[in-house]
Amino acid sequence: MAGAAAATAGEAGLLRARRDIVLPAVVFLVFALLPAFAMLTARHYLVDTGTRIMVFAVSAVALDLLVGYAGLISFGQAAFIGLGAYTVGILSAEGIGDALVSLPVAIAISMLFAFVTGVVCVRTKGVYFIMITLAFGQMVYFIATSLAPYGGDNGLTVGARSTIAGWQVLKNDTAFYYFTLLCMLATYLLCRVLIVSRFGRVLRGASENPTRMATIGFTVRRFQLVAYVIAGGIGGLSGFLLANSAEFVAPAYMAWQQSGELIVMVILGGVGTLDGAIIGSAVYLLAEEWLSGMTENWQVIFGPLLVLVVLFARGGLIGLCAWAWRRFGHA
Amino acid sequence: MTSTLFFVQVLNGLQLGVLLFLIAAGLTLVFGVMDFINLAHGVQYMLGAYLAVAFYGLVGNFLLALILALLASLAFGLLLEFLVLRHLYERDHLDQVIATFGIILFLNHAVRVVWGAAPLTLPVPDAFTGSVLLAPGQLYPVWRLVIIASGIGVAVLLYLLVTHTRTGMLIRAGATNAHMVSALGVNIRRLFMIVFGFGTMLAGFAGVMIAPIISVEPGMGTNILILALVVIVIGGIGSIRGAFAAALLIGLVDTLGRSFSIDVLRLVMAPSPARMAGPAIASMLIYVLMAVVLYLRPAGLFPARGR
Amino acid sequence: MPEPVLRLQGLRKSFGSLVVTDDVTLDVMPGEMLAVIGPNGAGKTTLINQISGLIPPDAGTILFDGADVTDLPPEARALRGLSRSFQITSILPGFSVLENVALAVQARQGSSLRLLGRAANEAALNEPAMVALAQTGIADRAFRRAGDLSHGEKRALELAIALAMQPILLLLDEPMAGISREETDRQVELLLRLKGKLTMVLVEHDMSAVFALADRISVLIRGRVLRTGLPAEVRVDPQVVTAYLGEQME
Repeated sequence: MAGAAAATAGEAGLLRARRDIVLPAVVFLVFALLPAFAMLTARHYLVDTGTRIMVFAVSAVALDLLVGYAGLISFGQAAFIGLGAYTVGILSAEGIGDALVSLPVAIAISMLFAFVTGVVCVRTKGVYFIMITLAFGQMVYFIATSLAPYGGDNGLTVGARSTIAGWQVLKNDTAFYYFTLLCMLATYLLCRVLIVSRFGRVLRGASENPTRMATIGFTVRRFQLVAYVIAGGIGGLSGFLLANSAEFVAPAYMAWQQSGELIVMVILGGVGTLDGAIIGSAVYLLAEEWLSGMTENWQVIFGPLLVLVVLFARGGLIGLCAWAWRRFGHA
Repeated sequence: MTSTLFFVQVLNGLQLGVLLFLIAAGLTLVFGVMDFINLAHGVQYMLGAYLAVAFYGLVGNFLLALILALLASLAFGLLLEFLVLRHLYERDHLDQVIATFGIILFLNHAVRVVWGAAPLTLPVPDAFTGSVLLAPGQLYPVWRLVIIASGIGVAVLLYLLVTHTRTGMLIRAGATNAHMVSALGVNIRRLFMIVFGFGTMLAGFAGVMIAPIISVEPGMGTNILILALVVIVIGGIGSIRGAFAAALLIGLVDTLGRSFSIDVLRLVMAPSPARMAGPAIASMLIYVLMAVVLYLRPAGLFPARGR
Repeated sequence: MPEPVLRLQGLRKSFGSLVVTDDVTLDVMPGEMLAVIGPNGAGKTTLINQISGLIPPDAGTILFDGADVTDLPPEARALRGLSRSFQITSILPGFSVLENVALAVQARQGSSLRLLGRAANEAALNEPAMVALAQTGIADRAFRRAGDLSHGEKRALELAIALAMQPILLLLDEPMAGISREETDRQVELLLRLKGKLTMVLVEHDMSAVFALADRISVLIRGRVLRTGLPAEVRVDPQVVTAYLGEQME
């Protein structure tokens, strides 16, 4: 009996090690080598696609921190992306195009909005939390559409990519790709560190049993607010990257459909794994490109697909792989 | 800003409020009794409008089209419940959110495939065309008054159903404590189906009633759904009374806010910045209202769940 | 006359028209074990919930360690030394047994906004946690997933968590519920060892445990305190016997 337990514990440990170290290493390696692959196969568009995936992956990772670890289902993450993007757009329209200004400002504004709205959000529970984050996201969307001098409904073109201390480094697509990869790596590592810290443990505990945590002595909403603000700031970073990548900002970046898509990215890969958020972003955006190439109304296929994933593949791709490993792996 | 203009906007606000109530009532019960996040409720509203247009094209009579659209709405809602939603009752909210999000994606675009992306219209029924003279020079469409009246009528009907029938009592009990109701031997599945079906019909009804005055197009359920969510959050999940009060409040605040924000701002600032800031502030109003209410009462104004 | 650790004055709570706590006034003296007994539906758990801060009373005051805590949230009361175990086991099933207790230690030690470092490896948290686990006899289960424990072990974990908070007052909500005779004896033994060092309020149905442990007993019937006194007195009080003990004693 003990032997079997030890064996499965050993297997579980091996599985965990695979997931904790090997999987993210492989993921980041793939992204690191992609531009070289694109160059060798003369498929330059891969660099753009890869950049776009990483831009959303940054937000998705932060969202997984909230959804998968803190148990906070935020349906308003897109608002922070939009705020970050519009910061870049508006500053650029006013003549300020340097990242040393626009990046910190983008993150600061997102964190401020996250703080002010978060104070109200963390006082609510469950269903209320989901809806109030959704509503705040819509609020930002409507503000953006009413900004007539900055494009209103139609959005705003950003003149050029941000400079860094005056240097036009990001103009080159490959250079920008690696800058984005660096941001994704930093975000990923930050979230990994947060999860195992004292702070992260309180968040995870509150996700499982908030009453217990309160009766132990933790003021749960304070921790949740901090997590929410961190996720908001990372969303702002994502928005900065998006504005630069597309060289365009539009209210659609903050629409609730975008928030919904981010949640989908998180669960497609596997909620509560962090790696899953990156994988899910890739899968979602690639599927979107592939399917929309086939038909204009690709959501007619994708919608039911989502429902099927929820009903039958709850752990996302990572869950499916773990299940397959357990089922069909070694004897 | 004349007083008749103000009165007209108040009526418009009531009309929006009543519409929101029709949608929010079903939504709040589903949330309250079944603890089920149904984001797809907005597409029921949209479907009601599309079905009304489709049936009117077939039968040429508004009342008949209304009845057929309601029945079809109900049928569709029950089909959705049977195929997908009932498998999600026991799941956590995240799963429900994603699944109903998938349904929205599917239906918003399926509607586009079937009816095209161009907006459709439905004529106002003959008996109610035209306008009523509210004051010298101020006309108001009769149909809008019909909407207000029917909304209040449904509210009264719901109130009677919920307080004076056995099913209504079970629904109220379920909103307070669904597990207890189930433990008492009530067929909770059937109760869920009744709640869900009825909510679906209400949303469809709202869609049919609004179709003559707006353009019926894909995605029309989205914005109204978010407003309905704000309504039930402010009103308190599971509470019909709360939904009614909050719906009227939101309808009035939103409409009056949008109409008079620029004027109000011009009292304190120059016309040009007022014209810019006005619409922005107007669109923020109901969310600020929601934030204030939730900060003071995190469970809404009339929460159904006792403490 | 020493100050009571816990003083309830005129506590009242109703759910709609149902009165669940009816003008309850109680003192719990330092170092004593007060048992609260009564039939099901008497409002014992609701009373504990009000003391620990999960339910706000409609009227009355709660004085803990000399301070008025009536309006304080549960986390504030916990940090002042008020700890509780739950009737329906309330642990963190996905965490290890050790981490469950280490979290209680962490709450007390503060600096939980520390964003760096691996909390699970911190000796400063784990060592006191192991002590609490050893006290309740489940130290050998430290690294198992808490959700995988047997029912009796989970109850022991509940107690370990409560003890790790180094409380001044420990509220025990039916700790013997649903566990074997052997485990009940072990729990009673443990609580006997804690007596005197810790002030405790014990809500229980198991009468043999109550009479083995209690210094005083309060009888709660329909939200009202019928009688508070020494076990020997309460046991033979005719009112108490008819209202409650008559059914319990063979």
